[in-house]
Parts: sequence; C-alpha cells; structure tokens
Amino acid sequence: MNRQIVQLFGLSMILFATLIAFTSRWTVFEADALKDPNDRRGQANKRELIAQQQIPRGLIKTADGTVVARSLPRGRGEERVFTRTYPEAGLFAHAVGYSFIQRGSAGIEQSRNDALVGEENEFGTIFSELQSEEREGSDVISTLDTSAQKTAAQALGGQTGSVVAIEPQTGRVKVMVSLPEYDPNQIPDRFGPLASDEAQPLFNRATQSSYPPGSTFKVVTAAAALDSGKFTPDSVVDGSSPRTISGAPLANSGGANFGPITLTEALTNSVNTVWAQVGEQIGPKTLLEYMNRFGFNRDPELDYPDGQMLASGVRNAKGDLVDDTGGFDIGRVAIGQGGEEGTTLVSPLQMALVACAVGNGGELMRPRLTERIVGKDGRVDERLQPVEQSQVMKRETAEQLAGMMSNVVNEGTGTAAALEGIDVAGKTGTAEVDNATSNQAWFIGFAPVQNPRMAVAVTIERTQGQGGTEAAPIAKQVLQELLQ
Amino acid sequence: MSARSRELMGLIPVSLLVSAGFAAVLTTRAQEVSDATLSYGLVFLGLCLAGHFFIRARLPDADPYLYPLAALLAAFGLVMIYRINAELAREQAQWFVVGLVVFCATVVFLRDHHALERYRYTIASLGIALLVMPRLPGIGAPVNGAYLGVKLGPISFQPAEFAKIAIIVFLASYLRDTGDVLVQSRSTPRSAGQQALLFAIPAVLVVLVVLVLGLGTAGTVLLAVFTASLVAVLRERPSVKHFGPLLLVWGLAMLMLLFIRDLGSSLMFFGGFLALLYVATGRLSLVGVGATMFLGGATFFANSVSHVKERVDVWLDPFAPRVVQDEGYQIAQSLYAQADGGLFGQGFGQALLQIPGGGPLLPAAHTDLIYAVITDELGLFGATGLILVYLMFAARGFKTALVAGDGFSKLLAAGLTAVLALQVFVIVGGVTKTIPLTGVTLPFVSYGGSSIVANMMLLALLLIVSDHARKDRGSVQGGLV
Repeated sequence: MNRQIVQLFGLSMILFATLIAFTSRWTVFEADALKDPNDRRGQANKRELIAQQQIPRGLIKTADGTVVARSLPRGRGEERVFTRTYPEAGLFAHAVGYSFIQRGSAGIEQSRNDALVGEENEFGTIFSELQSEEREGSDVISTLDTSAQKTAAQALGGQTGSVVAIEPQTGRVKVMVSLPEYDPNQIPDRFGPLASDEAQPLFNRATQSSYPPGSTFKVVTAAAALDSGKFTPDSVVDGSSPRTISGAPLANSGGANFGPITLTEALTNSVNTVWAQVGEQIGPKTLLEYMNRFGFNRDPELDYPDGQMLASGVRNAKGDLVDDTGGFDIGRVAIGQGGEEGTTLVSPLQMALVACAVGNGGELMRPRLTERIVGKDGRVDERLQPVEQSQVMKRETAEQLAGMMSNVVNEGTGTAAALEGIDVAGKTGTAEVDNATSNQAWFIGFAPVQNPRMAVAVTIERTQGQGGTEAAPIAKQVLQELLQ
Repeated sequence: MSARSRELMGLIPVSLLVSAGFAAVLTTRAQEVSDATLSYGLVFLGLCLAGHFFIRARLPDADPYLYPLAALLAAFGLVMIYRINAELAREQAQWFVVGLVVFCATVVFLRDHHALERYRYTIASLGIALLVMPRLPGIGAPVNGAYLGVKLGPISFQPAEFAKIAIIVFLASYLRDTGDVLVQSRSTPRSAGQQALLFAIPAVLVVLVVLVLGLGTAGTVLLAVFTASLVAVLRERPSVKHFGPLLLVWGLAMLMLLFIRDLGSSLMFFGGFLALLYVATGRLSLVGVGATMFLGGATFFANSVSHVKERVDVWLDPFAPRVVQDEGYQIAQSLYAQADGGLFGQGFGQALLQIPGGGPLLPAAHTDLIYAVITDELGLFGATGLILVYLMFAARGFKTALVAGDGFSKLLAAGLTAVLALQVFVIVGGVTKTIPLTGVTLPFVSYGGSSIVANMMLLALLLIVSDHARKDRGSVQGGLV
C-alpha cells in the first residue's frame, strides 16, 4: 500500500502544480489581455474604471496656474468616489476635454490619463505600496494661456471657427479655441443632445476639422518653390487673369490682372494664377514632400488623443488622403483648392504649425499641450522639453519667406493684423464654400518677424467676409495679448 | 524536542500571520481601530492554544504539523473574511468555537478509530442520506442550479461536507476487507498468442467504434484508455461479486451528478473513491476503468443536462458576450481579480470587491471565490504559498497513512487526505478556470460553518490515526519519530 500512497502524494503535487500554473496564467501571462478593454477577454473588465473613480485625479492647470479641472469626492469610506468638475466651463472644453465613468474621456484628460491617475512604473507602485500611501494622481500643468484663450474666444465673438496659437521656438500651444464650445460639466447628463447637436459643439475644429485653407496654403507652396531652388523671391511669373490651369480657366481674386510680377509681389497680393503656375512647375512630388515635412498626411505630433486629430493633406472625393500618383490638379491644390481627384484640406492646428516652421527658421518644433507633470508632494515628475519635429526648409528659405509674409501684413491683404511697434508676418486666405455662397476665412502668421515668439492660425466657418477682414483682426488681438 | 513542542512552535507563524494580517487590513482601512475587531485575533489565538493543550493531553503522539497547518489556513481565512466583511468574520470565529468543540468531542468519544469499522454500513447510509437531503422537498433548494445546501428551520448547512467523511470511512473499511479479493488473480498463464489476441480484438473493436461513431480526439482517447484498462482488469478475471462495488459507486457518482447536479462535488467523491481503490488494490487498470467511466458519464451529462452543459460552455469560454454578464460573470470576475493581483498582489485590504454605490463586484467572494481575493491581494506568490500549505498538509496526511500500522488506518488517512486535496483542486481549479467552477468550499479558509466543522472533524480523525500509528511505532522502536 505504501507505494500507492507515495504515488498519490505525487499526484497531489501534480494537481497543485497545475493550479499554480493556471494562477500564473491569469496573474502574469494573460493579465494584460484581461485588463485590456480592447481585448475580447478584457471587454467586461470594469475594475480599472472603478478603481480610477476612487482615485483623486490630479488637477489640470493652465500655464498661469488657473485650475481648469479638479476632482471632488462624493460618499465616504469604500463607497467614496471622485467626480470631475471644470471651473472654467466651456473655455478650455476642447483642449482639456473631460473624464467621466459614464462617457469615457477626451482631450488632455485622456492623453495624460496615466499621470492624472498617478500611474507609475511597477517599481514605483511597489514602493508606494510599501509605504501604504493612498494612490493619488499627479497634476498636469498645461501650456495654455488663460487670458489669451479668453481673448481668442471673445474675438471670434460667437462665430463658428477656431484659433490656435503656438510658440514657434518651443512648440508650446498657448491657445486652442474651437467654437461653438460645450460645458464639460454637462457631459454626464447632456451627452446625447450635445452629440446630436447640428452645430457639433463636441467637435474640436482646431484639430479634427478639414477645411479648405484657401490662399494660406500658398505659404507651403512658396516654401517648396524657394527651398527646392527652382524659384527665388524675385523670380518673375506672369500674373494675368484668367489663365488656363489643368484645362480650366483660373481667375485671380476679383479678376485682378497683374502681368509679370515677382513671387514677393504675388504673395503680397495673393495672386492665384502665379502660385498655380508655380505649383505646376514644382510638381506634385515636391509639393507633397514639403507638406510631409510640415507634418501633413499624418496626425499632428501633439500630446492629444489620436481619435481627436485628423491629418491634413490632399484628399479625394471619398475623403482619403492621396499621394502624387493620384493625378490631382496640382495648380489648384497649390493655392489651397482642388478637384475630384484631390483637394487641399487642413486643420487650424496644422496651419499654425506651418506658420511656426517659417517663424522658427525652418525648424518645426513638436507641438505640445503639457508643460510639466507635478506629483502630489510637489516634486516635478516630468518637465517636457522642446523637441525638434523636423527641419522643413533651410534657414535662408525661411528668412526669405518670412520677409515675403511680412510684406503681406505691411502692404498686402493682411494689413488688419498689423500691430503697433511689432512687425507681423502673415498670410490671409479666403476659400469659397457652399457653391461660392459663403467663405472660409483664414489668417496664419507670426510675430515679431525678427525673432518670432508666437505663431497663430485663425479660421472662421461660413462667413461673408474675407480672411483679411475677418480672420486677420482676430489674429492681431491674440498676438497682442500674447506678446505684450 | 517533543512532537507537542514542535506543534506549539508551529503556532508561532499562525500568530504572526493573524497579527500581521489584521494589522494590515486595519491600517489599509485607516478606520477607527476598535477593541472588538482586534480581539478577534486574540480570541482566535486563544482557541488555537486551547486546541493545542487538548491535543497535548489526549493525543500526545499525533503528528505535530497537521494541527498548526490547519490553524494557519484557518487564520488566513479569518483575515481574508474579516477583510471582506467584518460581520462574517465574527460568525466565522464563532464557527471555530463550534468546530473546536466538535474536534474535541470526536477525540474524546472516538478513542480508537477502528471502532468506526463496526458501523461501516450505518455510516455509509448516513453519508448517502446526507447527499440526498438537499433534494428533499421543503429543506433543500438549488443554488445556481446545484443542490448542495439544506435548510432545517434556522440552521442551514452543506451536507456534502460531512458526507465526504462518511463515505471515506465506509470505503476505507470496505476496501480493507475486499481490496485484496478484488484483484486476486484467478487467471492461468496464457500463451503469447492468446495474450496478443486479448488486446488485438478490443483494439480492432475500438477502431471500428471510433470510425462508426465519428468520435473526436477526446472521445477516442477516452474509449481507448477505457478499453485497455478493462482488458487489463478482465485478464485477472475478478469475480463479479467483488467487482460490483466499483460499478455501484460509479452509479452512485452518476446519480449524484443527476441529483446534486454538481460536477465538482461528484468529482471530489469519485476521485476520493478511485484514490482509495488504487491504494487498496495497487491496480492502475481499475482506476483507468473508473476514471474513464466517470469522464464518459460526465460528458454524457454535459451534453444532455442543460444545467451541466451550460456550466461546461461557460467554463470553455466565459468571455463570450452572450454569457459574460450572466452565467460567465462569476468566473470572468474571478479571473479579472486575479489579473489585478499580478506577481505580488495589491496588498491586504486593497482588492476591489464592491462596485461603489452598487452591489458586489465579485460574487461569493467569501466562499467560492475566496481564492481569487487572496490572489488579488497577495498575488501569485501569496496564492502559491497557500497551495504549498495545502501540499504540506497533504504530505503530513499521507505520511500518517504511511506510518499507520494496519490497512484500515492507512486507507482512512490516505482517503481523508486525498478527498481534502481533491476539494482544494476542485474549488481552486474552478476559480482558475482549470475545470468548471462549482460551489465547494476551500477547506479551513472559506467562510461556512459546515465546512469548518466537517474539516475539524476530518482533522480529528487524521490526528487519532496518527496518534495510534506513532504510538505503536514509538513502542516498537523505543523512541519518537
């Protein structure tokens, strides 16, 4: 009998080893899948959501210290949960977003969730567990500027549109306004009506929109033309109107007939026929190459949820991005228009980045909404440093282009953006929409020209005015606020 | 050092665990440390010491490790239950008092476990009666489709916990008598040709059946093992008279599946039976026949009884969107809780058990799923530690069987140990999705009066056997092991 008893013990060991094997399967090997809401196995797992509700989320503040998101406790003991409140209501709605267990999260609340709930690396977690500290989220200090944000929102004055302002030398996003806004405090109760509202208040026009850029896109075309060495600011091109571009006549604004003029003059007066010819001469390959350098054709490299950003670029009638084999009308794409095969469509964020690259000597800095992350003990967990995204063009090209753009504000279509005592460089744009019954008005620019500290992009949806009359004055106010 | 002093030493880790555990839970809660809550720990330690002094007086030669190991498990359970629900911990502590009283009573009234042999048929009938009780109208009611509980007025209990002891006592006694006869070879030597035919003909038959019925891999393996085992058994031409009990117990297990509708407890009983059968006869072929018949029967029921089938489907895929919020909820939540634990766990008192403002996140956390809570809070390391404590308990139980002097004692100790180990496998296996989840308790750890009292009784029997065995050996060898 003893042999069998020993064997029975052996069997027990095997059975218990199986149990340990299965326990390690769930605790270690498949643990990530079980916690992943996108995995079939983790779909029904609400533990992380519940746990996060029980953690006091960190504050979100603007660069000047204004609290824009905080957590308030409700209930006591194990029943205690925290809910989010947004003291500034709609002012920062799109940039900051929201976080509610019922509706998930958006904006910085989503992209900086790990920091806000105090997620640390494995070692840090064990360490704080040993100290048996309550889990607490870190504060996120954003790059946004409260007063400039207010100025921009007020300047838009209820019109549908967007303003984005970025420091060209650092990539700090100082203003991100999208109107109409929504009050994030209402997300739990009024999500349905907000989502179905025709004015689309939940839609972040600064990052998700695809607007025709109009003549502001000529800055991109000019950068490609100058930097590729095919043109100089003094190259002369015939600016008569109309001219046949891709088999169809193209006219200048107001039918103005210019004759042979330099590229500088052609940018100052936004001469369509000149820039369409320039586009045809540099070709789609070169233009797309420069667009890529500016960051087109992919989501902007902003610390913001991917789902809330849209790539700018040339899109066909189906809405897909096209490459240089698409056979699009290069002349019209080069002036911010297009046709069935491809038309230029951009977001205000992307156009602000175009202004940034020109303003920073051709070096495009990666844009960011986060300045630093501060732990509850006041220790700075992380301070974000300026990072170069790409060298879009040579420094000389950028300087030439900056000169051409300052002419636009000094004597061209953008005079309404001029500031007293500070040189401003810019470019206006007016794209006809809704069968030419209304306009998409634009202004992009930066200042001061000699040492640009701020770049801006302003756009207004469905206005009867022009970029120079509607968007440029708003840019002026925002630049003034940020540069004073 | 004497055995009893070693036992006393063994209680030191228990006291450490109780103090550390309660302290950790209380610190985590950061609530007012009331004297009442701390006194649980002290009362529990007092009970442990009382038990120790009782054993010192009545069972001086018993195995010194079984009792501290059981106390360790119970302490562990008490801390976990306290952490889940302080009120339940108070009740559990009360059940410990009852369990200890039953433990002492068993030792006092049953000085010699051989006395049980005289009442083997009474005990067997009692065991079967206990198993049938939950199906009796008025006192039994199904929980999650399984008939495991009985409610007699204000008292509710799980008869299966006690039935397992009764059945093991009966089987140990029965197989002691018939084990040898069961396999007594009556065969005459055969020629090589006859031997070959004996295996060849069934082999051909198996292939034919597999082809005709179109069995899958599992079915084919099952049939092949069954046939091979059966041939091996039949080679020895056992008398049907003695072969009968095997069929009888198999039938009983199948009836249990039908009656109790609980795969887990059926597996526990039948597994315990097979273990004893193997120890008694040393014939793997018998186990092969029994195991394949059980699996075959279980598979048949799995496909025909909707409740069992559902359990199996949920076991195979608890994450299917159709079941994950319903029948699969418990096992899915169990796995999520374990995933949260990781290697080292979240710490005592840190596991998420409640939906804030809602119901429990983890159903039956204090009974069925207590292992998942342990894994959540103490991680893979803590869970492995717990399993190792059970393994040590099993080691001491089987050791008791090894040193026992007579067949009945050996079978009794081995059987009780095996059924306890199987119970651990059934519930932990269920919680970890190794096998379908069923509602048996984790011995000494889960909340539940029946579980505590029955397992204390089981411990008493093991210690009585051990005391006798080691006393005999001691007197023969003139010293203590």
